[in-house]
Amino acid sequence: MSKHPPVVDWTTDFDHTDPRWTENPFPIWDDLRQKCPVAHSNRFQGVYLPTSYEAVSAIAHDTEHFSSRRVVVRDDRPEPPIPSPPITSDPPHHWPAKLMLLPYFTLAAVKKLEAKTRGLCNELIDRFIADKRCDVATQYSRHIPVRVIAFLLGLPEGDSAQFIDWIHQILEVGIKNDAVLMRAVGEMSRYFGAKIELRKKQPGDDLITALMQARQEGAPLPSEHILGTLRLLLIAGIDTTWSAIGASLWHLARTPTDRKRLLAEPGLMPTAVEEFLRAYSPVTMARQVMKETAVCGVPVKPGNMVLLSFPAANRDPAVFPDADKVVLDRANNRHAAFGLGIHRCVGSNLARMELTVAIEEWLKRIPEFRLDPSSPVKWSEGTVRGPRQLPVLLG
Amino acid sequence: MAPDKKLRISVDPNKCQGHNRCYQIAPGLFRLDDLGNAREIGDGSVPKSMEDKAWLAKANCPEMAIDIVEE
Repeated sequence: MSKHPPVVDWTTDFDHTDPRWTENPFPIWDDLRQKCPVAHSNRFQGVYLPTSYEAVSAIAHDTEHFSSRRVVVRDDRPEPPIPSPPITSDPPHHWPAKLMLLPYFTLAAVKKLEAKTRGLCNELIDRFIADKRCDVATQYSRHIPVRVIAFLLGLPEGDSAQFIDWIHQILEVGIKNDAVLMRAVGEMSRYFGAKIELRKKQPGDDLITALMQARQEGAPLPSEHILGTLRLLLIAGIDTTWSAIGASLWHLARTPTDRKRLLAEPGLMPTAVEEFLRAYSPVTMARQVMKETAVCGVPVKPGNMVLLSFPAANRDPAVFPDADKVVLDRANNRHAAFGLGIHRCVGSNLARMELTVAIEEWLKRIPEFRLDPSSPVKWSEGTVRGPRQLPVLLG
Repeated sequence: MAPDKKLRISVDPNKCQGHNRCYQIAPGLFRLDDLGNAREIGDGSVPKSMEDKAWLAKANCPEMAIDIVEE
């Protein structure tokens, strides 16, 4: 496990685990976008950072030079990388792996989960509303996606705390500590392995069973594929939406004008949700450079990773006028919060529904709230950005 | 745009990645298949009353998969 020295020059030595990036990455990205839209750092064994929308889009759409075999920029790069299809799959393997998941995440499929999600949000609010204060991150936002994905996978909601520990170990601690990451991956695989054994005896009406019954060219999926996909669904289904809900409520807690406007004009929710997704995109992905090429005129060499910052692309003023402002009725907003190209987030409809419902139900019950000045907001480190501690005062 | 011109939309199926932004903005102009990918409804003709929605859908497509021709 390595400790990273503080960054002195962001243009040549950036680090997405530096405390300043964690606290407020936006000025760093704005500065880099002007000076060098594709920066390079020797940290993490070599990594590029595109910050313009054009550069991020070019890389996300170029599966010939950029592989998804690794989707997190970390200190170590063990071979072979841990597969979690389809997010770690390249063509031609990507499409069949994604194809089998898509029907479970269509708008129509997600609509069926909406009533349950609304009920869940209200159950959570019931627990703290009388206290006149709560931690949005730990008492509200994180429980919504975790329960919904547990339901989809047919897992006990009581295991949620374990899921959150694994995610923290894999996505945050694991950036600098391979042993912790490998242990969490092993534990998850054993956990899902036991669930699969149970379903061999008694199939369920859930996504685990569906993956076990899926056929590719007439054959069942290899168990490594099933385990990898299950790890992915659990990780990607929780941390990301938890972060988006938290960041949106953080914005509304500290921006009374937007909060009052959304209360007065609930018809703004669809554009407001897209704007929260743009301005506070939680997910930064990664690619591994496979062949030499150039991005926006900058030579890009194999042996390096790319920190694929969709959040930075979404703050590019060349595409989004007043990119640093949250505009609840922003009409033109082709943000890349769910990625671009073939790896568009398979759960985007689910995430959008959860985010919308979580904000709507919160505002119905708690129209007045503000940040608690006596306790700091803490943000997650590294790959997925969102508040992990968000104390607010209610009413 | 001349008042007699009509808009016709089309979705490039090779570019569409199923973000579903167009459908959420203009469900009267787009349909989704079983995998969530979008296509234009019918021959893509846009009623006058929905022209604004057609332009909005195009402007919000992250994959730039929507084409609009004026004919």
